[in-house]
Amino acid sequence: MTDDRVFKALADPTRRFLLDRLFERDGRSLTELESELEMSRFGVMKHLRILEDAGLVVTRRSGREKLHYLNPVPIRLIHDRWIDKYRERQASALADLKQELEANPTAEFAGKEAG
Amino acid sequence: MSTTTGTQVQTTQVYRVYIKATPQAIWDAITRPEWTLRYGYTSSVEYDLRPGGAYRARPSDAMREAGDAMGLPTPDVIVDGEVVEAVPPRRLVQTWRLLMDPEIAAEGFTRLTYEIDPVRDSTRLTVTHELEGAPKLALMVSGAHEDEGGPGAGGGWAWILSELKTLLETGSSFQTEG
Repeated sequence: MTDDRVFKALADPTRRFLLDRLFERDGRSLTELESELEMSRFGVMKHLRILEDAGLVVTRRSGREKLHYLNPVPIRLIHDRWIDKYRERQASALADLKQELEANPTAEFAGKEAG
Repeated sequence: MSTTTGTQVQTTQVYRVYIKATPQAIWDAITRPEWTLRYGYTSSVEYDLRPGGAYRARPSDAMREAGDAMGLPTPDVIVDGEVVEAVPPRRLVQTWRLLMDPEIAAEGFTRLTYEIDPVRDSTRLTVTHELEGAPKLALMVSGAHEDEGGPGAGGGWAWILSELKTLLETGSSFQTEG
């Protein structure tokens, strides 16, 4: 699943660091990104490859350079499909609670007397 | 493009999404008003799909009402531009200028490229927005204003493409479900 690849790609501090650098300024070459990390060129390439496979980085050629762009869409999809879903459930749980409390006012008064 | 110094702001944004739909379905969802009214900012587009042909996007009724409610009247044309290249259903290049906000409108035309490529069991849609000289628009299409709300704030391209994917794969967008 695509979501698995996204979560795996994000589960690494170096890769999150690379995404943060691209968020600050997009369209960077490997050489530029490499200069921000104490890591071999090969190591940075490997991380970028995983980010690219997860769709979080998209590359484009500009002359002789390959530029890396942050693609936020996979994270957006997770946000829209998962986080919004749970937020909705929270909201509806609160609505249910309100309905229950209002339909059963004696329980509420009993609570007040006790306190 | 900004590749040389650390101080320049980004001028090109690239967005990519994989959608389980045919290239033609995606092409139609971008270029036909009956589709564009159903996701994202819900505008109604007009395309003259040949080089030099006009492009206009008009607000939906919902968008106009939201603007009126906030005392910000929506213009009749919210985006204009010109088709540069149209190769249905694979590639569309156009200029694009947002007219909703006078300051953003003053930044002038930007360039937008849609690339639609079949891959294995789905179709890859890549949107490249070249935003040279348009820093305010660049912020907006990146979704930076989403939390401020207001008509047309939205979540930029990532939000639009997420909605487009949902619409094409499930037949409804998040908005029409609610």
